[in-house]
Amino acid sequence: MKHVKTLNTKKLQNTVKKGGCGECQTSCQSACKTSCTVGNQTCENSR
Amino acid sequence: MVHQYKNNGYNIVLDVNSGAVHVVDDAAYDVISLWETHSAEEIENCLAPVYGASQVREATDEVAALIKEEALFSKDIYEDSIANIKQRKTVVKALCLHIAHDCNLKCRYCFAGEGEYHGKKAWMSFETGKAALDFLIANSGGRRNLEVDFFGGEPTLNFQVVKDLVAYGREQEKIHNKNFRFTLTTNGVLLNDEIMDFANREMANVVLSIDGRKNVNDKMRPFANGSGSYDLIVPKFQKLAESRNQMNYYVRGTFTHENPDFSKDVLHLADLGFRQISIEPVVAREEDDYAIREEDLPELFEEYDRLAAEMVKRHKNGESFNFFHFMIDLEGGPCVAKRMSGCGSGTEYLAVTPWGDFYPCHQFVGNEKFCMGNVRDGITGTEISDKFKSCSVYTKAECRNCFAKFYCSGGCAANAYNFHGDINGVYEIGCALQRKRVECAIMIKAAEALATD
Repeated sequence: MKHVKTLNTKKLQNTVKKGGCGECQTSCQSACKTSCTVGNQTCENSR
Repeated sequence: MVHQYKNNGYNIVLDVNSGAVHVVDDAAYDVISLWETHSAEEIENCLAPVYGASQVREATDEVAALIKEEALFSKDIYEDSIANIKQRKTVVKALCLHIAHDCNLKCRYCFAGEGEYHGKKAWMSFETGKAALDFLIANSGGRRNLEVDFFGGEPTLNFQVVKDLVAYGREQEKIHNKNFRFTLTTNGVLLNDEIMDFANREMANVVLSIDGRKNVNDKMRPFANGSGSYDLIVPKFQKLAESRNQMNYYVRGTFTHENPDFSKDVLHLADLGFRQISIEPVVAREEDDYAIREEDLPELFEEYDRLAAEMVKRHKNGESFNFFHFMIDLEGGPCVAKRMSGCGSGTEYLAVTPWGDFYPCHQFVGNEKFCMGNVRDGITGTEISDKFKSCSVYTKAECRNCFAKFYCSGGCAANAYNFHGDINGVYEIGCALQRKRVECAIMIKAAEALATD
């Protein structure tokens, strides 16, 4: 595309069926302890 | 839902429901902004004088292609599945062990009331900690990775118990086919070679508390006699960070109303050599003089922008560092079930007091209404865990139309409760800052992606 560059190929819609295994980290365990940030986490299943 | 914004010279379009992020030129940016309210003909008439008819038509075609691919103006197909997701059996996968309700610093903003959580000083015994680990193993179902944070107050005050619990955990994980990921959160006052060696052997992550510049840190993080902690902790933190090869740790600080120019604190820590940095807004009562107020927001937004632009610059110069709140995983990030459900407090994640009581998370400790049981009897307050389990981005009216909902997953339940008396509320200042951070984080990704083209 000339006018648009898309940064990511994976779509959230594709994670509906297979998602939810629960192996990922709890949000507050990494550093924050005062907020909730989920978007920075990594899916343990995609490793 | 689409969110579009300009930051640091980039035109960014986020398609909220697919998670797709597009960097676009001015023509496409304007086409997208008119898309839902104008016909193709109206868009062309409106924008052709600016960009030329052929450019507008090209951009329109590209936008149409993205819509067809469900990567722009995509529908929310998740709300119907939230009920099923919420019905799934949850297991406990993480504990925050309050090893000591006691502290050797007297930080002014401490949500733990200078370590004691508004109660009395107490240290966790090995027996209580052991019962907590046993509970975690027994309630973790098929989940293999179990997270345990040694927290406080200051956990190194009671470090023998930390060591004994790690030894016990290592023994038990073999028996039960589990993998403990231990973490330690410390103010650094008691850090020594022995603790560092132990942390490097056993801790998947260490969180080192420091606020940034000396004057900022020492004002908020003094000893009981009023003297500052900066000079004592900085060399120790530098040594520990180096000994961990600048990975699997965070220097973690708090900014307040008193240092709204917090980007200087982040950069100060980077200039000290730290590569994993988290500086976060204080969560305080409105009446606290250091609490962040709504009128601080414009300045704080500028600070996030300044920091993000500086990080892009440093990345290009090979001097990059991680800023926790700007980390975003656009490709391998969490599934939508996780993004809808929240942090897991009160269900997958529990805090354990020194005497063994369970709370939904460390921030609820001290509020007895939220006591959920204890390590010996298990979870007895199931109505509390049910309430936390039912939380999602769809139970919070304010989240519905927020573009950041799948990045914060509805925000922090403790913040919501503290400001509105309801875990299904939202903490507006926190939300505003979160939205800004998501914008900056995506901009950094855009800058990195375009630099490699």
